[in-house]
Amino acid sequence: MTTVAVPPAAVESLAPRRKAKRPFGPASIVKYALAILFLLIVLMPLYVLIVTSFKSGGDIGVTSQWNLPEHWTTASWVKAWSSLRDSFFRTFQLAIPVAVISSLIGAANGFVLSRWRFPGADVVFTLILFGMFIPYQAVMIPLREIVTTLGIPPGIPTLVFVHCIYGIPICTLIFRNYYATTVPEELVEAARVDGAGLLRTFGWIILPISIPGFVVTIIWQFTSAWNDYLFAIFLSNTRNGPITIALNALAGAQSPDYAASMAGALITSLPTLIVYVLLGRWFIGGLMAGSVKS
Amino acid sequence: MRFTRRAAVAVVGVAALLAASACGSSDGSSGGGSGSKKVEVFTWWADGGEKAGLDGLVAQFGKDCAGQEFVNGAVAGGAGANAKNVLASRLQQSDPPDTFQAHAGAELQDYIKAGQVEDLSADYDTWGLKTAFPAGLIQNLTVDGKIYSVPANIHRANVVWTNKKVVADAGITDDPKDMASFIADLDKLKAKGIKTPLAVGKDWTMLMLLESVLITDLGADKFTGLWNGTTDWNGADVTKGINDFKTLLTYTNTDRDALDWTDAEKLVMDGKAAYQLMGDWEAADMDAKKFADYGWFTFPGNGDTYQWLADSFVLPKGAKNVDGTKCWLKTVGSADGQKAFNTKKGSIPARIDASPADYPKYQQAAMADWKTFKQVPSCAHGSGCSQGFQGAANSALGAFSTNQDVAGLQKAMATAASQFAAK
Amino acid sequence: MRRLRHWGPGLLLLSPSLILLAIFVYGLIAWTTKMSVSDQHTALKSNGFVGLDNYKNLFTNDIQDRFVHSLRNLLIFTVVFLVGAMLFGLIWALILERGVRAEGFFRTIYLFPMAVSFVASGVVWRWLMNPVVGDGAGGINALFASLHLDFLQNKWWTNPTWGMAAMAMPAIWQLSGYVMALFLAGFRGIPQELREAAAMDGASTYRLYRNVIFPQLTPVALSALIILGHMSMKMFDLIMSVSGPQWLTEVPAVYVWQTLLTSDYAKAAAISIVLLLLVAVVIVPYLIYTNRAEKNS
Repeated sequence: MTTVAVPPAAVESLAPRRKAKRPFGPASIVKYALAILFLLIVLMPLYVLIVTSFKSGGDIGVTSQWNLPEHWTTASWVKAWSSLRDSFFRTFQLAIPVAVISSLIGAANGFVLSRWRFPGADVVFTLILFGMFIPYQAVMIPLREIVTTLGIPPGIPTLVFVHCIYGIPICTLIFRNYYATTVPEELVEAARVDGAGLLRTFGWIILPISIPGFVVTIIWQFTSAWNDYLFAIFLSNTRNGPITIALNALAGAQSPDYAASMAGALITSLPTLIVYVLLGRWFIGGLMAGSVKS
Repeated sequence: MRFTRRAAVAVVGVAALLAASACGSSDGSSGGGSGSKKVEVFTWWADGGEKAGLDGLVAQFGKDCAGQEFVNGAVAGGAGANAKNVLASRLQQSDPPDTFQAHAGAELQDYIKAGQVEDLSADYDTWGLKTAFPAGLIQNLTVDGKIYSVPANIHRANVVWTNKKVVADAGITDDPKDMASFIADLDKLKAKGIKTPLAVGKDWTMLMLLESVLITDLGADKFTGLWNGTTDWNGADVTKGINDFKTLLTYTNTDRDALDWTDAEKLVMDGKAAYQLMGDWEAADMDAKKFADYGWFTFPGNGDTYQWLADSFVLPKGAKNVDGTKCWLKTVGSADGQKAFNTKKGSIPARIDASPADYPKYQQAAMADWKTFKQVPSCAHGSGCSQGFQGAANSALGAFSTNQDVAGLQKAMATAASQFAAK
Repeated sequence: MRRLRHWGPGLLLLSPSLILLAIFVYGLIAWTTKMSVSDQHTALKSNGFVGLDNYKNLFTNDIQDRFVHSLRNLLIFTVVFLVGAMLFGLIWALILERGVRAEGFFRTIYLFPMAVSFVASGVVWRWLMNPVVGDGAGGINALFASLHLDFLQNKWWTNPTWGMAAMAMPAIWQLSGYVMALFLAGFRGIPQELREAAAMDGASTYRLYRNVIFPQLTPVALSALIILGHMSMKMFDLIMSVSGPQWLTEVPAVYVWQTLLTSDYAKAAAISIVLLLLVAVVIVPYLIYTNRAEKNS
């Protein structure tokens, strides 16, 4: 039993082993009926989001939420976009650097931990991993105190820094397991015989074959930075924070504009959904990697 | 592991975005830097009558403070439920807005004691405000002889708003004068098919209702004492008050925990409820929502009691545009500013020199009452309670909404008072 | 000296991360712990040591047992969330494992909620879980009415006793697909020979799953439980977004936020540390177990 299946391998293993070509019997009718029923349940909230976001005026109401819009209008999309636009772009400035920087750190750490069995490496690794599970409330109060005492302004740069730090454990884990299972010992050994130092080996031999690992960590970190609310609410505000804060202000209002809230929720989810649809296989890889063991 | 083409496209796309955002991040998106002429005004007035009032004030600010630009920092949510969270964060992050809304009284004193707002005593002299406001109000803005904020208005909290048609349909002709007749009216409405004649919302709106009941059962002086520590929460009269409150809750909508005050207001406007106890911002809000068929009366048994609260504006420590903020504060305190604001907001001006003729019908009555009625503070709106006390009280009311435990609520409020009530 | 030359460069590369984590994870936890035994209950500085009083007060002296109530809410939420997500995840994985056409399509749809933030999904779930029953019902209750299933209508998260079970629904919606993906990977990691051997022995489909396949999935199920469990204990965004902070749905993470609002740092820190301990009780043994299992392999 190896710790954490290498994410890409886990994804490959999701592929069906054989095609279903049996004739339709009663069992398979039940099977398809269930599959479709669950499909509808999962899509139900999405349906409400989409139809409501195109409604206007009296069309919008709790009791009529399942109806299609009587008059389709994009007015609410325009309204939601105007109140989310700034934070939407700010969130890219947050999520992209976080994804890239923490992946690089993770790759370096993962490489070291997968090859150099220094004494106590296991303990160190476990201590790093624990950082992945802590409830961030347990560090948030002093964290904010440090940030304000040092006079660091709240907002995106602060959040980038913080997300990179707390992203180290998961990225290290993903890369360690990637290297442990896909990079042959001989490759590293050959480089050493050639006289390459650790950094040279890492930079010239390991990094170029790490792209699948990077795709996984980048997607993972991008998604979690994009969707984060807790760090955002502590270390930024509606004026300089990411989109989750702005959406909460838009949708958490008294008698909120439901159509605009729903359009806003869709706008907020769009980038991560696009990443998910385009890079779905690796996205799942990231999810799998989140499990310490599989 | 092979790369599919669309994955490659996506990776290139991400790289492009990265480049774009790296270039974009240097364009000073932090906003509102020092030396700017922007004044960010932080309120929880985002909708309806509240928004209309703020707009009136902003128009006046545009006239009085040419060159300064108003930036709306409103965070919506009744009684500032969301806004105070955001504000607390920003103050703790040392990133205050240029000015923010704070309730005069115990709540304002939280900010003063924490050293988060600046002394405005000298400006009061310059602007001639010391005599413009009633002495009692000034006292609530003052700590150790220094004044820290400029009041914009006076609101009244203990008013019941009605849907006239629903009330008339039930054959009710007179406003109830005491608890017994109020309950009799509620029964009449129920018999007429109005299942939940009294509309109420989540925690703080229930706290307002409880406060009104306590004014009736304890009288004005003992009621005030509940918040400053001179009245015992464990008394039998408080028990009676909580029991009366519990009775009233049986006439209310059961989805109350999910509703803000405007959702409850909608029940009244839609004719699903007849009454709602709410502050007098409800008048302006119904006006703004084009609902004209409303009436009002003082909560039954409150007699000549005016439960007041006042919104005021402060100069936070570390505000970026001090000149702009001071100009905003000057506008807020000026006769023109108060008129522009209060005619729309449903409140009465804090200044004593305002002319009633400039105001709508409800406010004219309120201005007359303010001069003669007995004044008591509000816990839900900060004139009587610090934020800690408000939080504990809201939580206790939220619990009561579900468990209906009279002794439990009384004990909770007594404990909260022992922890938070200012002597 | 040779040892140093051997491990030195690696440690050098690793050390910035180790230092950062030592400070920002363990250092800050220590700082929070120190705060939790102080009497800093206001924005003003005061650093008297009060021992475990803050913890004692949480459990014995909190107004209306607010903290215990929040723990109870968390317990209900966690149990329903774990059971629900594991159950749906397993059923979906089984359906797909039995082989359906367009499997990729089903898999994509089942998994997509995972890409959405709790803040965004909370917007729509607040609406779906509209508590009005009977006339004027909305959301899922209206759906029940139109399907003539009126008896299923309920008050969702505003139900005083079981409201937190309803609050777990959006979380189940969001994470069942994740559990499905884990189980699916587990199913497909089982060697074909095992199935064939069982088939040769004449085992029924039921026996095949009961005796051959499910036992192989235990480690997968365990890691799914751990991941979901630790997410559940930290739950904050979802509740802030669906109900807002209020008594009915308060969990410790929300309570921390509410306490900080009034600058009661000591109390907030104490709640945070209790939360950390709850997570640690589950996670630490798991990490040690994993570590050992890996060494033995």
